[in-house]
Amino acid sequence: MTKNKREPLIHITKRVNIPIWFPLVVHAAALLLALLACAVLTLVMTGENPLSLLNSIINGSFGSSRKIWVMLQNTAMLLCVSLAVTPAFRMRFWNIGAEGQTLIACLASAACMILLRDVLPNWAIIVCMAAASMLAGAVWGLIPAVFKAKWGTNETLFTLMMNYIATQLVAFFCVVWESPKGSGQIGIINQRTELGWLPVIGGQRYLLNVIVVGLICVAMHFYLRYSKHGFEISVVGESVKTAHYVGIKVEKVIIRTMLLSGAVCGIAGFLLVGSTNHTLTTTLVNGRGFTAVMVSWLAKFSPFWMIMISMLLVVLERGAGEISTKFGLNQSYSDMLTGIILFFIIGSEFFIMYRVHFRKPGDKEGKLNV
Amino acid sequence: MFDFISFIPRAVVQGIPLLFGSTGETLSEKAGNLNLGIPGVMYTGGICGVIGAFLYEQSVPNKADIIPLFAILVPLLSCLLGSLLMGLIYCFLTVNLRANQNVTGLAMTTFGVGIGNFFGGSLIKLSGSAVPSIALSTTSSFFHAGLPFADDLGWFGKIFLSYGFLAYAAIAISLVTAYVLRRTRTGLHLRSIGESPATADAAGINVKKYKYVATCLGCMIAGLGGLYYVMDYASGVWSNNAFGDRGWLAIALVIFTIWRPNVGVLSSILFGGLYILHMYIPSGTNLAIKELYKMLPYVVTIVVLILTSTRKKREDQPPQSLGLPYFREER
Repeated sequence: MTKNKREPLIHITKRVNIPIWFPLVVHAAALLLALLACAVLTLVMTGENPLSLLNSIINGSFGSSRKIWVMLQNTAMLLCVSLAVTPAFRMRFWNIGAEGQTLIACLASAACMILLRDVLPNWAIIVCMAAASMLAGAVWGLIPAVFKAKWGTNETLFTLMMNYIATQLVAFFCVVWESPKGSGQIGIINQRTELGWLPVIGGQRYLLNVIVVGLICVAMHFYLRYSKHGFEISVVGESVKTAHYVGIKVEKVIIRTMLLSGAVCGIAGFLLVGSTNHTLTTTLVNGRGFTAVMVSWLAKFSPFWMIMISMLLVVLERGAGEISTKFGLNQSYSDMLTGIILFFIIGSEFFIMYRVHFRKPGDKEGKLNV
Repeated sequence: MFDFISFIPRAVVQGIPLLFGSTGETLSEKAGNLNLGIPGVMYTGGICGVIGAFLYEQSVPNKADIIPLFAILVPLLSCLLGSLLMGLIYCFLTVNLRANQNVTGLAMTTFGVGIGNFFGGSLIKLSGSAVPSIALSTTSSFFHAGLPFADDLGWFGKIFLSYGFLAYAAIAISLVTAYVLRRTRTGLHLRSIGESPATADAAGINVKKYKYVATCLGCMIAGLGGLYYVMDYASGVWSNNAFGDRGWLAIALVIFTIWRPNVGVLSSILFGGLYILHMYIPSGTNLAIKELYKMLPYVVTIVVLILTSTRKKREDQPPQSLGLPYFREER
């Protein structure tokens, strides 16, 4: 008889009125646990004292002024791509093609640098690069958006496939423009003339990237929070039916938002080629398009939190890189640690939204302790 | 003249990992879980097999003493175990902790590829052995062994009988999966969860259990793809990132087969063929064009994706609740 009434061991209720500090505490706890797990793992692998692990992580990003700048530059690029995917995510358009959108923009930038170097002056090349890469990124985002808007084609899978088409296009042009001949690589473009290289400001090579991305971050915050477009995006994200009802043209919003998303990816590509690397390879974007999805989601689409999370991920990645060099381990160690940390943070989201109740020992009457 | 007799076996060998991956992913997607972690799972499956085989080979001092049964079972079981763990992580996060599937999947891919490349690069150092590289040729020879009479049958033997046992297992698994999905009650329940978990729940189907079982089984099947790749295709030699983007290609194949594993048998060979077509196209000195040929599988997938969505045939659509979380309280 009691069998039917038996209360399950665990039951969950949704939290109401979550205080503003609460997510912070949960995330911090998750991060701490994740670091602990990583420390144990590193201990098993290397036999090293966990405290020196922490030391390595800090040293990896803050050890010298060069390291700080590299960290800032990586953060800026990851942040830029994360900002790019955010408007699309807010309307529940799962754009996981940021990798391809950025890469195709890199291709456009590099194409301008190579094809226009004998034709135009430096400033005109840079203008063309910026325009071409934003256009390329936007087009790459537009194609899946049109099909999604018109026929409801699954955007997750479509944008995913577009990544590889971009990769192969880049591979194609890497061979076409190879230098020296037969190497299959482009090498540093315009190394001697520095045509199409973005200016170095304040004596710091990466300062420009940081500033540009910072501006995009502020602009994106206002666009999402205070503009009519931003409002329409969130309505479409909450409920397509509501959007139809209040007279929002959903197709138009989808296409417009993906154009924007792609164009911001384009800026990231432009910065990567024009300012950071001055070259073109198939791995130039380095998985940022995928990491950005996680950054944007974990930050709950808030640009401010995205700064924090992308910096955190970059610091951890560089720290893990430092550890792997120090102990002669493989560089992919950092990917593994990043994975572990992501699992913990992803899992911790649940504890922000829900409360877990355990059955009290001996309490088998079936009274719910809500 | 296009050399079909050498082309087809190579296309098949390329296609088998994709077939494993796509069968696994189909199973998971039919339960409504869009598992973007499949590339990571395949890497993990591959490296776990390698670790198992490596430790076993190291533990036997004399190569001649290696028992074929163990040489096959140890990597096979460690591969299955590794991929099962990945599946459990994914299920725990998405089903119990209600995390977003895309985000969890991508994190799994980062993690899995990281595991693969990390252990692939550091296994020798970690185990403190004196071999220069991971070359599991002995284990591989057992995985690679074709049917004994394959050589006597000319082109027929070469095209149909020359593969290792995992290749035939892949085909068998996909056919069985297709049968279970379409013809059995279990399959019906599973599909109903993918279409509308709330309805399934109301009909008394244990949604969580089905999601767990389907996704974990799917991961284990996909992991075998990684194992096949290292042990058979790559002759037991692990090199980092050699597996490449095949995991994503497997996800593409799911769409291409419009969620039917039995269609996957031939389509995976077609994909495998498209993947290596560039080696068979006479391009002369123009190497660049080969890169464009490698684009073909993805282009074909997009075309199929567009066609299925524009034609709106109901049986060709993705599972209705694919990628959407299900929480009973939020109906």
